[in-house]
Amino acid sequence: MNIVVCVKYVPDAQADRTFSVDNTTDRAGVDGLLSELDEYAVEEALKIAEANDGEVTILTIGPDRAADALKKALQMGAHRAVHVNDAAIHGSDAIATSLVLAKAIQKLDPQPDLVLTGMASTDGTMGVVPTMLAERLGLPAVTYASELTVADGKVSVRRDGDLASQTIEATLPALVSVTDQINEPRYPSFKGIMAAKKKPVDTWTLADLGVDAELVGLTAAWTTVESFSARPPRQKGQIVTDEGDGGSKLAVFLGEHKFL
Amino acid sequence: MEAAEFESVLATVRDFVREVVVPAEDEIEETDEIPTRIREQAKAMGLFGYAIPEEYDGLGLTMSEEVRLAMELGWTTPSFRSLFGTNNGIAGQVVAKNGTPEQKQHYLPKFASGELVASFALSEPEAGSDPSWMRTSAKPDGDGWVIDGAKQYITNATRADVFMVFARTSGERGTTKGISVFVVPADAEGLRIGPNDPKMGQRGSSTAEVSFDGVRVDASTLVGGQEGVGFGAAMKSLAKGRLHIAAICVGLAQRMLDESIRWATASRQGETRIADFQLVQGMLADCHTEIYAGRAMVLEAAREYDEGTDQRLAPSAAKLYCSEMVGRVADRAVQVHGGAGYMHAVPVERFYRDARLFRLYEGTSEVQRVIIAKAITRSR
Ligand SMILES: Cc1cc2nc3c(=O)[nH]c(=O)nc-3n(C[C@H](O)[C@H](O)[C@H](O)COP(=O)(O)OP(=O)(O)OC[C@H]3O[C@@H](n4cnc5c(N)ncnc54)[C@H](O)[C@@H]3O)c2cc1C
Repeated sequence: MNIVVCVKYVPDAQADRTFSVDNTTDRAGVDGLLSELDEYAVEEALKIAEANDGEVTILTIGPDRAADALKKALQMGAHRAVHVNDAAIHGSDAIATSLVLAKAIQKLDPQPDLVLTGMASTDGTMGVVPTMLAERLGLPAVTYASELTVADGKVSVRRDGDLASQTIEATLPALVSVTDQINEPRYPSFKGIMAAKKKPVDTWTLADLGVDAELVGLTAAWTTVESFSARPPRQKGQIVTDEGDGGSKLAVFLGEHKFL
Repeated sequence: MEAAEFESVLATVRDFVREVVVPAEDEIEETDEIPTRIREQAKAMGLFGYAIPEEYDGLGLTMSEEVRLAMELGWTTPSFRSLFGTNNGIAGQVVAKNGTPEQKQHYLPKFASGELVASFALSEPEAGSDPSWMRTSAKPDGDGWVIDGAKQYITNATRADVFMVFARTSGERGTTKGISVFVVPADAEGLRIGPNDPKMGQRGSSTAEVSFDGVRVDASTLVGGQEGVGFGAAMKSLAKGRLHIAAICVGLAQRMLDESIRWATASRQGETRIADFQLVQGMLADCHTEIYAGRAMVLEAAREYDEGTDQRLAPSAAKLYCSEMVGRVADRAVQVHGGAGYMHAVPVERFYRDARLFRLYEGTSEVQRVIIAKAITRSR
């Protein structure tokens, strides 16, 4: 059972996140980490691999520091990693990202039985890459899995909606994106940390993947960020003191703000 | 270990402490137990063996590394580190530093994995600060020994699989020669473990009395295969343990300062933030300064420990300073919180009680002063 997990190195949400001069996310000036939503995909892959004698490959696209995200996943127990690192990729949109991921996955030997992703990145939070990637790979895509079982050449996935849960089956190979409800990601063990440095990490460029640099990056992006502005600081709340007329004061407040 | 790897270890423990253990502090206080899920995660992570040598499946941290790890562990309830403190520390080090090759091979990997919990059984009534007055004895019996006596306040006794039992095999009471140490299985016949002692603080940690009524053990349980090494083994283990405790105190003091800063900046009297009162600022600044001094002292003592230039005096000095320092910080932390500081609802109330222990065990403050004074006046 060969599993590929696509992960993203994202700016730490605890830090002050900013944009660069070209309106892309600043990835150099801020501390980053393995996207928390991707940890669930890594954990799920490890669990499936442990039960099926499988191998887990971690794949990321990102600058040099994205190696930290790979390291964390290897420390958690993944077997090997691939880092696609090429300056031309800077500013790529979801379409280009899915193209590069697809090419990288197609280059893997052996080919994966299962591709796992998080439900969205914690920085872009679009959640469209998984289905785009599945389309490019010609794989069935099952998204937002909150439960996943693999047996007899099939995945069975539970997908929780607001009113009902669906159970969906797909034949392998398949792509599944997982939610933060699916498991409790493990902490790396000390042994895992020691073992990680001996695990193979391949670094590939666009040329290695045979991807034309014209098709990726900021200029090829179908969407651009025109401008950005910081969210205005939170206004001080208004305290209504109840002097027997608290109820009507509340009603006035709600009326003024068009809640009533 | 490479620096980058050690940073990963620290980051992992830091995340685990802050994301998993801190949110469970109230549960630990209420139940007086470490929840099984946390215990299992600590085991899987390798926390039972950070100080066990690498060749026995531990992490083999140097003292300089161990104290940095301990500062992270200190940031939450001290009962968390107590869970695996004896395996890595006072009990585990008895085998690591003094065991025969067979004893090391047999026990250390199991201590490191947490498969076995080890306890250190030295203190007795009327033989705490001065264990040379111990009454527990081991008498030769065929090819083994028979142990009689009783120990008190033994950490992790209620969880232990094996005890490092210090017993007199020869010599007069009140002398340090003739004390030996045995690895005794908790299920040995005649060994009785008392109930968990109710304590002032550190709920979730456990201590109990352990008594020995004609407990027969075979010759292979004698640590180092030699009589009389017990007192030296205890002192070596305790010196390392003292430096570890000093680092725990730094971590706990930092947590209490962090809690106090949060409180002082978030709450007010009238229109004034608590943190804007100069007298409160003074308390916060004093805490910060003393924690800084404690941290610097621990790091320097650990460096000396690793270089072998001082493995006795510096640990005592660091333990004395940091355990007293954490007490002063605890007192100010409660003060900064005002009346709330006296309520169970805030962490510093709990830490105030927890911190009191550090001046008592692994050598009281007075005992540290005696050790330091003896050493610095001996050559004069
Ligand atoms: C929570 C807890 C956990 C413990 N865990 C363990 C454990 O795992 N294993 C273990 O073996 N022990 C353990 N102990 C025991 C601990 O090490 C002793 O309690 C400690 O050494 C003090 O001994 P004592 O209680 O007999 O006090 P005493 O020695 O009777 O001390 C009473 C007072 O006399 C002072 N005093 C004693 N001798 C001198 C001296 N020579 N000069 C000046 N003042 C002196 C002391 O400083 C103290 O103020 C634990 C204790 C506690 C409270």
